[in-house]
Amino acid sequence: MATIVWNWSFDGWMIVHAILCALSCSLVGNFLVLRGTSLLGDAISHSILPGLALAFWFTGSRSGPEMFLAALAAAVVTVFLIEGLRNATRMDQGAAMGVVFTALFALGIVLIVQVADHVDLDPNCVLYGSLELTPLDRWDIGGWLIPKAAVTLGVTLLLNGLFVGLFYKELLLTTFDSAFADSVGFSSRLVHYLLMILVAFTAVASFESVGSVLVIAMLVVPTSAALLITDRLGAVIGWSAGLAALAAGLGHVSAVVVPTWWGYGSTLTSGMMAVAAGGLLLLCGLFGPRRGLLVRWWQQRLFAAQVAADDVLAYLFRLGEQSPRDPATLAQIGHALPLSSRSLHRAVKRLCRTGELDGDESGYRLSAAGRRRAQDLVRSHRLWELYLVEQAQIAPSRIHDKAEAWEHVTDQTLRARLDQATSDSKLDPHGSAIPPEASERETDPPR
Amino acid sequence: MVSDSPKTEPDANPSPPLPHWPLRVWDLTVAYQQTPVLWDVAFDVPPASLVAVVGPNGAGKSTLLKAIMDLTPRTSGEIQVFGQPFSRQRRRVGYVPQRESVDWDFPVSVLDVVLMGLYREIGWCWPIRKHHQARALEALNQVGIADLAHRQISHLSGGQQQRTFLARALVQQADLYLMDEPFAAVDAATESAIVQQLGQMKQAGKTCVVIHHDLQTVPEYFDHVLLLNMRVVASGPVAQVFTSENLQKTYGGRLTLLEEVTTALRRREKTL
Repeated sequence: MATIVWNWSFDGWMIVHAILCALSCSLVGNFLVLRGTSLLGDAISHSILPGLALAFWFTGSRSGPEMFLAALAAAVVTVFLIEGLRNATRMDQGAAMGVVFTALFALGIVLIVQVADHVDLDPNCVLYGSLELTPLDRWDIGGWLIPKAAVTLGVTLLLNGLFVGLFYKELLLTTFDSAFADSVGFSSRLVHYLLMILVAFTAVASFESVGSVLVIAMLVVPTSAALLITDRLGAVIGWSAGLAALAAGLGHVSAVVVPTWWGYGSTLTSGMMAVAAGGLLLLCGLFGPRRGLLVRWWQQRLFAAQVAADDVLAYLFRLGEQSPRDPATLAQIGHALPLSSRSLHRAVKRLCRTGELDGDESGYRLSAAGRRRAQDLVRSHRLWELYLVEQAQIAPSRIHDKAEAWEHVTDQTLRARLDQATSDSKLDPHGSAIPPEASERETDPPR
Repeated sequence: MVSDSPKTEPDANPSPPLPHWPLRVWDLTVAYQQTPVLWDVAFDVPPASLVAVVGPNGAGKSTLLKAIMDLTPRTSGEIQVFGQPFSRQRRRVGYVPQRESVDWDFPVSVLDVVLMGLYREIGWCWPIRKHHQARALEALNQVGIADLAHRQISHLSGGQQQRTFLARALVQQADLYLMDEPFAAVDAATESAIVQQLGQMKQAGKTCVVIHHDLQTVPEYFDHVLLLNMRVVASGPVAQVFTSENLQKTYGGRLTLLEEVTTALRRREKTL
């Protein structure tokens, strides 16, 4: 394994730049994603290319305010073109963006190839940026040699922070409900264009350091990941910033470290940042508490286990109504219930452990606690059947399945309300007796 | 009471007898790319009235509300809100958009949505304060879902969503409310809660113009009705205007000839 040499005045600045850029992008990216216009970041970061190329053509310099202004102008033109195209042709927004940005990007490529014959400008650099070079280009600020990128990206982050801080309310309102916003005098169009100009500004500022691919990733991915974790806008903004910064740091470290595992030299930080962001999104998708696959899978398993146990108890209760005190064998239960033998075994084992079932292989019967829980389940089931027939006028032949599904999620309060909403009938529509409430307040319902 | 003729001239009676009626509309025409959505619409809304706007799908009901609030450009016509253009009376108008017009998965709480009704009062860039939150909670209490204040909006039922919108309108403390189908797909309890709210608003001298789909409940819930199908078929007190003959006209034939001629016009212009 090759030894890795860290040079903190170099790597340190690269990480700072990456983080500044990631934070700036994620801040404005939040609102792009929530507006369903994620692609707009993509469109803008591509269509500033002809602006850059033209400015480069005229000034011959790769940096400087002309470059910045030209890119910004191109971005604003893009936004207006997309809106104009949409209004004129009633085209779908995604299609309008696709048309505008591919055309402008292609124009930019053509221009750059033309320009590149005369001067040194690499189209690859536009896509991937040159984060590796940013620490070298320094400004002397009050005796401190500070990389130029740190200054521009720092200013961008400050601007974005100020914008989101000051216009948080307005961004929230126009993003959530633009018609209402306009009706109370908050011009959704104005906020939209302000946001777009800032996205353009951010893209242009980040462009040189990290390239357009990473700008797109950082506009969209952190917010998408944050939305899997939380459901409050403030928290979404916080999480997306955290994840963006983490992706930036991880990106640089892994760009340096990972290739050495196979004996290669370090790779592009910007590329690895996008990969790291993707990896974080995947993790949030798996483990996120809101919509995480793992959490959902686990909850489904828990619920399935509860339903299986409920079904066993309710079956034994109904059996007991016909022939009291007869124990039921496992085979008998399995025959009556649509459960796999595995989940049946598990359910019975669990119920024996919680003390809701008594008995062994030769036969099981409900304990006192099990009887109470079973009685409430059956009560829920039959109350629901009564309710469906009486209140919803559903044919008695079609109520069983619904009641069967709902009995597992009906608690004591809901049962009390059902009892009030239905008639005083002691029998359910099929003629079975509705048992009285079993779980009294003093005894905690068994888990 | 309510003028029935679409040909009231604005300068014919510039002041009395109706100078400060909540809403007056003359000759309103709205067209999307030459296809008229509203055509020469004229009606007046008297103070403290509950007006149902009734008409088939595509009759231009939502467009009418949007045109009143300058949310959609109008081809011609004049609209006065309490005797002045909408832009000068904005604070006196509350709007309840269609429930489906927003994304209910948006990461905000019920309280956040209700607070939006106070944004105009709070102003650009100013923060939300404690007393604003108290007022939003009070409005939620009025519509009976104060306990849901901190719930994320994706966990709401349709009726609760509608109550949230209603609460947002209530905190606006407007004098004229424009509501786009507040009764669409809500549970019975919410429906009666909204009806009760409307009654209280009327008592307080407020006026509500409500797009409504359930014809059977019009006489029960409203005192005035505007029958709309691109043009105003009739408008006035429910007892006089809400007749089967007028309904026949509203829901009967659309103005197909009109559509045909505008389609032809569009085709011609394309070829030019």
